[in-house]
Amino acid sequence: MKHTSKQSLFQAALVRSALRESLIKLNPVQMWKNPVMFTVEIGTAVMLVVMVLSSISGGNSPLLGRPGYNFTIFLLLLLTLLFANFAEAFAEARGKAQADSLRKTRKDTPAKKLLDDGSVVTTSSSALQRGDRFVCEAGDLIPSDGEIVEGLASVDESAITGESAPVIREAGGDRSSVTGGTKVLSDRIVVEITAQPGESFLDKMIALVEGAKRQKTPNEIALTILLAGFTLVFVIVCVTLKPFADYANTPISIAAYVSLFVCLIPTTIGGLLSAIGIAGMDRALRANVITKSGKAVETAGDVDVLLLDKTGTITIGNRKATNFYPTEGVSRPDLIRFSVLSSMADETPEGKSIVELANPELVKGLSIHGAALIKFTAETRTSGVDMPDGTRIRKGAQDTIRKLVERGGNDFPADTEKEIRHISANGGTPLAVAVNERVVGVIELQDIIKPGIQERFQRLRRMGVKTVMVTGDNPLTAKYIAEKAGVDDFIAEAKPEDKLQYIREEQQGGKLVAMMGDGTNDAPALAQADVGVAMNSGTSAAKEAGNMVDLDNDPTKLIEVVEIGKQLLMTRGTLTTFSIANDVAKYFAIVPALFITSIPALQALNIMGLHSPESAILSAVIFNALIIPALIPLALKGVAYKPIGASALLRRNLLVYGLGGILVPFVGIKLIDLLVGVFV
Amino acid sequence: MNSELTGVLAIFLISLLLAIPLGRYVARVYLGEHTLLDPVMGPVERLFFRLSRIDGRREMSWQEHLKAMLGINFVWLLFTMFILMNMAWLPLNPDGNPSMAPDLAFNTAISFVVNCNLQHYSGESGLSYLGQLWLMFLHFVSAATGMAAAAMVFNALRLRQTAGLGNFWDYFIKSTTRILLPVSVLIAIVFVFRGMPMTFEGKDTLVTLRGDTVQVSRGPVASFAAIKHLGTNGGGFYGANSAHPLENPDYITNAVELIAQFLIPLAMVFGLGYYLRRRKLAMMIFGVMTVGFLLLVIPNMVFEIQGNPAIGAMDVDQSLGAMEGKEIRNSAASSAYWSILTTVISTGSVNAMHDSTMPLSGMNELLAMMVNAFFGGCGVGILNFYIFVIIAVFIAGLMVGRTPEFMGKKVEAREVKIAMFTALLSPLLIMGGTALAAWTFVHDPALPWLNNPGFHGFSEMLYEFTSANANNGSGFEGLGDNNPFWNISTGIVLLLGRFIPIIGPMAIAGLLAGKKYIPEGAGTLKTDTLTFGIMIFSVIVIITALSYFPALVLGPLAEYFSM
Repeated sequence: MKHTSKQSLFQAALVRSALRESLIKLNPVQMWKNPVMFTVEIGTAVMLVVMVLSSISGGNSPLLGRPGYNFTIFLLLLLTLLFANFAEAFAEARGKAQADSLRKTRKDTPAKKLLDDGSVVTTSSSALQRGDRFVCEAGDLIPSDGEIVEGLASVDESAITGESAPVIREAGGDRSSVTGGTKVLSDRIVVEITAQPGESFLDKMIALVEGAKRQKTPNEIALTILLAGFTLVFVIVCVTLKPFADYANTPISIAAYVSLFVCLIPTTIGGLLSAIGIAGMDRALRANVITKSGKAVETAGDVDVLLLDKTGTITIGNRKATNFYPTEGVSRPDLIRFSVLSSMADETPEGKSIVELANPELVKGLSIHGAALIKFTAETRTSGVDMPDGTRIRKGAQDTIRKLVERGGNDFPADTEKEIRHISANGGTPLAVAVNERVVGVIELQDIIKPGIQERFQRLRRMGVKTVMVTGDNPLTAKYIAEKAGVDDFIAEAKPEDKLQYIREEQQGGKLVAMMGDGTNDAPALAQADVGVAMNSGTSAAKEAGNMVDLDNDPTKLIEVVEIGKQLLMTRGTLTTFSIANDVAKYFAIVPALFITSIPALQALNIMGLHSPESAILSAVIFNALIIPALIPLALKGVAYKPIGASALLRRNLLVYGLGGILVPFVGIKLIDLLVGVFV
Repeated sequence: MNSELTGVLAIFLISLLLAIPLGRYVARVYLGEHTLLDPVMGPVERLFFRLSRIDGRREMSWQEHLKAMLGINFVWLLFTMFILMNMAWLPLNPDGNPSMAPDLAFNTAISFVVNCNLQHYSGESGLSYLGQLWLMFLHFVSAATGMAAAAMVFNALRLRQTAGLGNFWDYFIKSTTRILLPVSVLIAIVFVFRGMPMTFEGKDTLVTLRGDTVQVSRGPVASFAAIKHLGTNGGGFYGANSAHPLENPDYITNAVELIAQFLIPLAMVFGLGYYLRRRKLAMMIFGVMTVGFLLLVIPNMVFEIQGNPAIGAMDVDQSLGAMEGKEIRNSAASSAYWSILTTVISTGSVNAMHDSTMPLSGMNELLAMMVNAFFGGCGVGILNFYIFVIIAVFIAGLMVGRTPEFMGKKVEAREVKIAMFTALLSPLLIMGGTALAAWTFVHDPALPWLNNPGFHGFSEMLYEFTSANANNGSGFEGLGDNNPFWNISTGIVLLLGRFIPIIGPMAIAGLLAGKKYIPEGAGTLKTDTLTFGIMIFSVIVIITALSYFPALVLGPLAEYFSM
């Protein structure tokens, strides 16, 4: 669903539903969850009462003030509340829309249910229960999530991943999961349903976004406490201001008290806090990662160690042929021709890569028609062809080819032996080629490191994340690839238990570990890891054990997830700073305005030169209201994360959101005052 | 530079130079390492532990530390009440001074137990020598209480996961025997040689040049004045405190008193660095505190040296500075320096009338006490600073996209809750108290409280509660505060303002110490950097400004702009 992320932020339909929702969210029972905005709601209610009382009393009481002014303040406070609600509702609507587009793939489809006696009945996908089995054949839409228990099929998963190339899903392996809404292209599979309808990961995710089951994350709770603390400080400030003003013989209207209070409490971050959290999960979803909880996203930002599988993450699939080294006396084109001949029937990725590497000019017209194919076996450990003219071509590991040529009475040439040592030292795998028991040369196979992966690891290192490569290779090769790719550590000849052991050791040292996995034997490690991302193609055990599921089955996704987590925390932190820094200017707008009439000397504090006390207060309240919608895009998109080191990042954010937070409202309030001053 | 400023600068630099080795020594004492005084004080300490049947080596949890700390303070409170109310018949009363009335005894007892030393009596006539000696004892133990609490927090900051945080009694006794007692003895010896009385012989009689016979109160003044400053207590032997010629006879004693009150707050900061072997962290804290201190003290010195323009307008010479309420022997510059030093640190001793300082000087004195963490009191200053560190770490951590950590421990909801509650307490007590006073005064303007109604009167009330909350003890003494309203309200503020800011940091440190230790990684936000120092400084400034701006506008700022 990558295309949705390119659409504009504010889509009309989403805005409409969010507007409706923001009115519903005025319900105090819901508001209560957000202490900052709840106090604004109380203030709004107070202003409503004051407005009514002041119209009855005719606007003569200095405490009640003028009805028209009270009405304006009431309206502005209501607007502040609605803006905050809109932010939350809009974030929810976006998340929901994202989830819905995934859910669309699982509308009611016919399902071929397999009964115990082996017969098949057609039923609706919604009627399927956990434990039921159904059959899918070529051309069928898979009606529900499940695990293949029988057969193998190629499946088009583009509805979920956007990737058009079909994938193979088969029973018994690590790629046994199928997703509802995807299409079987060939063959026949029997699938067992593993989750109750409505309890799949996607359903859980949608519930999370919709708010019914959304729980505050630990950091969100701590921040709410901090904000509640600041709110209490300003309760004290505003309540004590009444006797202070009495002492100074200054009458202050209730509208001014309420305005001062609402402007001071951190409404900006208070109003955007839940939107930021939802947007974090939404960004994960946009990256095609389903999170089981908001906490998982937050934890991802804290990850210290990333465990990455070599194959598919750091290197492209399997080894590839990268060079031919002919033995002295053999021409290079000859070696290439022999190599290609020996590989033409070889269906392994290595074999195919040899054919790909060869110059098409050289291999044109080569044919193995009528030749006898010698398949790779564990005993011979070589493969090749016997040509119709009797030529015996073999390729294989160095030691087996050596035995082969020595048995044929020939020597293993010294220059090729040197070449082989050289290849091994560079992390490659040498493949010797012999013709009629005589060595003609060696093919170099290399792991191909994904382009751009080094930069990603460098970025991770600057973020403070340690990368660990997990591979089945021997330590020497593993070390070479680790160095070349730029990972910090590696686990060679890794068994699934080794991953678990490594994670435990890192966690013992207080580190947070993230890993990605797909197989059932990855499940314990996925469960042990602080952030476990299971591939959607993986077994249901793996998906059950992890706390995120990646629909794209993309092993580099972890890196994105870490950044999304960091962005989430940063957005909260910077907007908190911004919100609190704003108060300085608001004080300079409102406090002089409160006392200027009775203490004219305080005009010196009116450093913004605001028009009148009333316009000053109105401008501050308007600024306070408008800043919320102005920051919604930032809250939803998140503050950009730059891996420049924690101190530099703090410096940058302090400058932008701290100093900026102090300066922006001075300008904003002044500009609003110029406008408001015309009317008041 | 004139000699006044040179003098102040020299006093400041000598304080720093002495505090660095003292800090190293403090760290050695709390680490239980071998020190020079072992052969002298070791047996004394062991005797105390044997008599009280306390095992000074048993590791205590933070809750046990709290219980011990609060328990012993409560016992002192009762003892103090008993002695103050029975001084008349108890020994050591050559002048025949009377016992205290219960309400005054209550106020005085709280005031001295909490290291504040608001004094609603004059020592000359209000206390016997036994009373003075007991208060001197409290000078020691209240300072040691704060230091022992800080020592526990130091212990908790060490990079490991633990429930045992040292032994309160061990920290407490050693603070007294190894640090406070030896240093005060040295200071007292200087004072004796500069002419402070040190006797139990009662009043002396003096015949003046005019032939009048005058009674002069004497007593163990030199030792009292030494620990009064070293322990950042501030409660004077005489009613006039360090403005009294026998409690601060000349420029040398004035300088020594200034250095003495600065010593331990400085040494605690350096000591933290030595204790944790994190010199950069200590330097960061020292930097933040010093910048705060200088930003308060420099304007004060400028205002006081410039003199009062309103008086200048009356053709009165102001070349010596604003000398109203100041002693000539102390000079405007050094009095201005004292006025901020005694308020940033919770000493509260005075050598000039704070009530008479310029409006913005008064504001800086108020701000110094409102922050109460730019060095701050003996042990407790660094605890107050710790609260700001926790809040700064939390916000800064989020700003760099990581769950906040301090010294390898995750700062989570519980710690934030305690830190916020502790930080909230000051505005609540100061603003709430002042509001209550303002309200009472507005409803009964006949109350004999304020010499100056208007803005300055407001400042006087604000100052009294600020001073009580900060456990400072100085006052804008134009306020008529010896009556039930002020005795009771400030008494409550004193107790809350003392113990909650000690309990809060101890609880946070204890909770953090119990958490898993996370070694510093490349993504960890370093807290010993200039950037983080700026962050803490901003947090302190913003929280203080936001909490007190309206009150300061109505008090000193309105006064300044109306001048």
